[in-house]
Amino acid sequence: MRARGRRAPVPLPLLLPALIGLAFLVLPLIALLVRTPWSSLPEQLASTEVWQALRLSLVCATAATAVSLVIGVPLAWLLARVDFPGRGLVRALVTLPLVLPPVVGGVALLMALGRNGVVGQWLDSWFGITLPFTTAGVVVAEAFVAMPFLVISVEGTLRAADPRYEEAATTLGASRFTAFRRVTLPLIAPGIAAGAVLAWARALGEFGATITFAGNFPGRTQTMPLAVYLALQSDPAAAIALSLVLLAVSVAVLAGLRDRWMTAT
Amino acid sequence: MTDTEKTAPEAAPAPEAEAAAVPAPEAEGLDARLVVDRGDFRLDVALTAGPGDVVALLGPNGAGKTTALRALAGLTPLTSGHLLLDGTELDDMPPESRPVGVVFQDYLLFPHLTALDNVAFGPRCQGATKAQARAQAAVWLERMGLADHVGARPRRLSGGQAQRVALARALATGPRLLLLDEPLAALDARTRLEVRAGLRRHLAAFEAVAVLVTHDPLDAMVLADRLVVIEEGHVVQEGTPGDVARHPRTDYIAHLVGLNLYQGQAEGHTVRLDTGPVITTTEELSGPVFVAFPPGAVTLYREKPTGSSARNLWRGEVAGLETHGDQIRVDVTGELRLAADLTTLAAAELGLHPGAPIWATVKAAQTHAYPA
Repeated sequence: MRARGRRAPVPLPLLLPALIGLAFLVLPLIALLVRTPWSSLPEQLASTEVWQALRLSLVCATAATAVSLVIGVPLAWLLARVDFPGRGLVRALVTLPLVLPPVVGGVALLMALGRNGVVGQWLDSWFGITLPFTTAGVVVAEAFVAMPFLVISVEGTLRAADPRYEEAATTLGASRFTAFRRVTLPLIAPGIAAGAVLAWARALGEFGATITFAGNFPGRTQTMPLAVYLALQSDPAAAIALSLVLLAVSVAVLAGLRDRWMTAT
Repeated sequence: MTDTEKTAPEAAPAPEAEAAAVPAPEAEGLDARLVVDRGDFRLDVALTAGPGDVVALLGPNGAGKTTALRALAGLTPLTSGHLLLDGTELDDMPPESRPVGVVFQDYLLFPHLTALDNVAFGPRCQGATKAQARAQAAVWLERMGLADHVGARPRRLSGGQAQRVALARALATGPRLLLLDEPLAALDARTRLEVRAGLRRHLAAFEAVAVLVTHDPLDAMVLADRLVVIEEGHVVQEGTPGDVARHPRTDYIAHLVGLNLYQGQAEGHTVRLDTGPVITTTEELSGPVFVAFPPGAVTLYREKPTGSSARNLWRGEVAGLETHGDQIRVDVTGELRLAADLTTLAAAELGLHPGAPIWATVKAAQTHAYPA
């Protein structure tokens, strides 16, 4: 609103809603800062529950990202490079968790991997593996919700990358896998990194699928978002403190992403 | 039409000892018939070449040259036909198993690897250790005069340097067939001269078969021992560069080498063209022939010349004017469509402009007729 210089004036019917939109997005965050009990903050953050939840969140989100990378990057490659019947349908299925309410995802995971689930009963009786209500279950729930972000991001990068580099590699004697590993992977590394950060951030904030599939046990499955929700009912000051930590992490992620994107271009 | 002579006399004969080691010496080199169907486009090209031969696939854009190259490399599957290299069938071999090296049009150097590691990539894939591969790569780069650019990333290389790295990378795998797709197209005119000369040396030293694709007749004539001209997916002519230039068989080739080319029936010294007009030539022939004359042999007049001894005189009009260096090429329509080259001065004196009526003559001695 200060000196407009020689720029054309911004029409009011656009400017006004835009400013309201901006306020709508920023105001809650400011309110969070305003209401933070700064004096008792160190004490709040020093509690073992907070550290437990934060540690668990970071570990699970990182593990979920690792899982997503290991199976998501090949999936993205398949979608981008191999022409198979039903590819459109597969892509739609991959992106479904993006729009699916996370709680529904949690229920679906229970039906699949729960102790009596379609696959879970075999995991239980053959290998003695139970996923629901365990820390591994948190990783599964987070990966389910976060992986599509990675797949979409990597697939986009792959599509933009010139497939002829892979052809050049094969004429030099590289198998398709070697070409992928030694040529394609380094070329799309910035896209993979950006996708991984997106997936990691999504996993860190994951609530619905986690609480449905893995429950809410402090130290085992209670991640930061669950702790925030729980604390809000008993100790709002603690909830604010925890929220502040998550906000700080988010801002850090955003800064990191921006750096990634700047080096990528 | 039959250019597949099994016993090419000018091909350097293999030394006795080596010939004995090879079970079927006549099978050495490339023997291919490439058929690729792609929608309503069909490529059907037969290619043969002996070791040491450099063959240029020459043709307009969209003729199927690059498709032929990709089929040789295994990047595009053959619809039918066969592909034999040194007696080995390559038809169903995946590209990574073929002893084929490719220099791509825009080189496709891996941007995340140094020049050295780009060249070492092939040897690495063939099982060499990192150290061995790099040592081999260093030798190749040195041979290309790039010893100082071993550690450079592709984006720091000039066009000419990148071209040489790409050539070194393709040669480092020890290919029995080297493919070059428009090897000079990505370069500016000045670098082109230099790189063309260098490439010519390296191709001459290459002991196996080299096939290059180009739409530039000069590149083809300088680099190749034999031209295969492709139009619309088919071979329309093949032969040595000299043969093709002197006896072009299609409009495209005639234009490329700057000739007016006609087809007709000869009877003694006259050739009646399929389109009607008659051309008098010095050759005495009968039956179907081609007649060619360079645009520089045409003389243009605004009035019908009187007392001219030229038998070949046609009335027409100027359809277009184009500058070619310090010459003006005039496109003449009328009884006989032809191209004529004039100096700028002559064109100005004649007051040529599109639509201007014109008389064109050619001396019989400057025409050249040969059997079709």
